[in-house]
Amino acid sequence: MSNPELTPDEIRQANRNRRRAKLLAIFFVLPLLGFIFVTFVAPIGTMLYRSFYHPTVSELVPETLAQLDKWSESSGELPPPDALNTFAVELKTLAKDRLSGKLAEEINRALPGSSSLIKSTARRVSRTDTAELQSRGNEILFDAHKKWQQVEVWRAIKKSGSVVTADFYLTALDLEHSPSGEIVQRGTQIYIDLYWKSLKIAFYITVLTAIIGFPLAWYLANAPTRVANTLMIFVLLPFWTSLLVRTTSWIALLQTNGVVNSTLMSLHIIDEPLEMLYTQFATVIAMTHILLPFMVLPLYSVMKGIDPSYFRAALSLGAKPIPAFVRIYMPMTVPGLSAGALLVFIISIGYYITPALVGGTEGQMISNIIAFHMQSSNNWELAAALGSLLLLLITLLYWLYDRLVGISNLKLG
Amino acid sequence: MAQFPRYFTIWQKLGLTGVKLTAWLVLLFLMAPILVIIPLSFNAEPYFTFTEGMLAFDPDAYSLKWYQEILAEDKWMLAIKNSFYIGIMATIIATVLGTTAAIGLTRSEMPFQRMIMALLLSPMIVPLIITAAGMFFFYTQLDIAGSYLGVILAHAALGTPFVVITVNAALSGFDYSLVRASLGMGAKPVYTFFKVIMPLIRPGVISGALFAFVTSFDEVIVVLFLAGPEQRTIPRQMFSGLREEINPTILAVATLLVIISGLLLLTMEYLRARSEKMRTG
Repeated sequence: MSNPELTPDEIRQANRNRRRAKLLAIFFVLPLLGFIFVTFVAPIGTMLYRSFYHPTVSELVPETLAQLDKWSESSGELPPPDALNTFAVELKTLAKDRLSGKLAEEINRALPGSSSLIKSTARRVSRTDTAELQSRGNEILFDAHKKWQQVEVWRAIKKSGSVVTADFYLTALDLEHSPSGEIVQRGTQIYIDLYWKSLKIAFYITVLTAIIGFPLAWYLANAPTRVANTLMIFVLLPFWTSLLVRTTSWIALLQTNGVVNSTLMSLHIIDEPLEMLYTQFATVIAMTHILLPFMVLPLYSVMKGIDPSYFRAALSLGAKPIPAFVRIYMPMTVPGLSAGALLVFIISIGYYITPALVGGTEGQMISNIIAFHMQSSNNWELAAALGSLLLLLITLLYWLYDRLVGISNLKLG
Repeated sequence: MAQFPRYFTIWQKLGLTGVKLTAWLVLLFLMAPILVIIPLSFNAEPYFTFTEGMLAFDPDAYSLKWYQEILAEDKWMLAIKNSFYIGIMATIIATVLGTTAAIGLTRSEMPFQRMIMALLLSPMIVPLIITAAGMFFFYTQLDIAGSYLGVILAHAALGTPFVVITVNAALSGFDYSLVRASLGMGAKPVYTFFKVIMPLIRPGVISGALFAFVTSFDEVIVVLFLAGPEQRTIPRQMFSGLREEINPTILAVATLLVIISGLLLLTMEYLRARSEKMRTG
C-alpha cells in the first residue's frame, strides 16, 4: 500500500520509527528472557543432556577403555593381556582413592552380579605391587576370580565405558540389549506400567473434577451475583490454601482412626475402620480436591458468558429440558471444559507431593520414581531419562493446550 | 431458594433442586477438609482426630500447646523466617522482570510473540519434579545448590509466569497514546513509567506479585532438591513432619497458613474489584 502523499524521506523516517519501537519492545523482554534461560531453560537442558551423556566409567578407567577400543567384543576372545594389565593397575588406583565401589555400581548395571567381583578383586589388587600388576596383572585377575576369564565381563566394562548412551532410555522404556545386541523387552515391566498408571490416575482426576465441577460452575454462573460472589470465596479459599495444608487435611480425614472412619463408625455404617490412607484412592480423592478449582474457574468464566435465552428458546420451541441441555447448552461450555480438563490433566500427570504423602506404594506416580532415583538410588541418569520422557509428554499436551485454548488466554483467579 | 417460574413442571423443579443440592455438596467437599483441621489443631492430645472430650466440648480437651510448640521450636521459627525471606526476595525479582517483559510483549512490534510467551510461561507447566531435578544438576555446577541464592533464583523463575499473565491482562485495555502524550509533553521515560503506566496497571502488578509470593511460599519440591538444612521452609518442614513424626504442630501451622491464605484472598478480591471499577468508571 503506497501512499503518494508521503515523500521517500518520510517513509524512511516511519520505517526507522518502527524499527526503534521493535528494538524497544525486545529490550523490555530481554531481561526476563535471559533470566529464564539461565535459571530454567539451562537446568532443563542439563537434565536432557544427563539422560544420554554418561562419562562416569570413562573417567574412572580411561586407559583400560582406550585399550579395549582396539578389541572386538564379538570375537569371542578375551582382550589382549596389555588391556588386562592396565585394568589391574587402574583398579588399584581406584581402590586407593575409594572409588572402586563406584565402578562396581556402574558395571553392575550393565552386568548384574559383577559388583562383588569388582569389589573383591579391588581389595586383592590394592595389596599387590604396581610393577607386578603392570607385568602380569592378567594372571592376578584370573587368580582373584575366575569370572575375569569370561568375555561378558569385559563386554560389560567396554559397554559402560561409552560416553554417549541410549541405555537409560531403554531402561526407562523397560527395554534392554540382549546378549546378541538386539533390543528386547525386559522380563518385568516397571516404568511403562508406571507411566500408564500415572496417565490413568490423571484421567480419573480429570473426569472426576469435570463431573463434580460442572454442576458447581453452572450454579455459580446462574445464581444471583451476590450469592455467586460469596460462594466463589469457597472455591477460591482452597485454591489459595497451601498444597501441604490440603494434603495434611486429607491425612487427618482418611487415617485409620481419622475423621471419616470415626464418623462412619459412630453412625454404625461400618464396624471396622476402612483402610483409605496410603492407597490409590487417597491419591485420587486428595488430588481431585486440590485440582477442582482449576476446573471450576475456566468453566465458570465460560458459562458466565453464555446467553440463557438460547436454552429458553429451545424449551419454548418444544425441546425437552434434558435434550435441550445436552444439545444446546453443553456444546457452548466446551471451551471451558476443554481448558479446565487439559489444565487439570497437565498438572496432575507430573504431581509429586500428594502421591508421596497419601498414596502409599500403589498410589505412586511417575514423579515419585523420578524422585526415588534422584534421592535414594542415586541413578541420576535414569531419573533424567524418565524425566525427559515425561517432559516430552507434557510438551505435547502444552502444545495441544496452546492450539485449543491459547496460552495467553490463561486466566488466574 | 429462588421461586421457580410458574410454567416449570414438577420434574424440572426437582431436577433444578437436585443440581443446586449437588453444587452445595461440592462446595462442602471443597471447604470441609480445610475447616476440619482448624478445631483439630487445638487438640490437647497428640492425635490427628477428634477425641471424646472434644466432641463433648470439654474445655480441657482443647489446648493451645501446639501453637506454643511452634514458638518454642527453632526449626519452625527458622522455617517461618526462611519462607518469608525467600518468598519476598523471589517476588521482587519475579515482579520486576515479569512486569517489564509483559510491557514489551504486549507491543504489536514484538517479534515471535507467541513463541516467547509460550517459553516464558513454561516454568508454570513443566512438572516441578523435572524442574527440580534439572535445577539440582545445573545449580550444583554453578555451586549455588544448597544456598539461599539458588532457592531464591529458582523460586523467582517459577513465579515470573504469573506476573507476566496478570500484567498482560492489565495491559490489554491500556491505551498507549497516553505514553506518547506523556513523552510528547517532555516527560522522561522513567517518569512516564512510574506516573502514567504504573498507576494504571498497579492492580495487575500487585496480584501478579501475590501469585509469585504464594508460589514460592507454597513450593516444596525445588526446596527438597536444592535447599540445605539452613534453607528449610515451612512446607519443607511440614513435608518431613508428615513423613516422619506426625504430630498436631503441623495442624497448628496449617491453621496459620489457612488464615494467611484467607487474608491473601481478601486482598486479591479487593484488587479485582478496584481494577474492574477502574476499567468501567
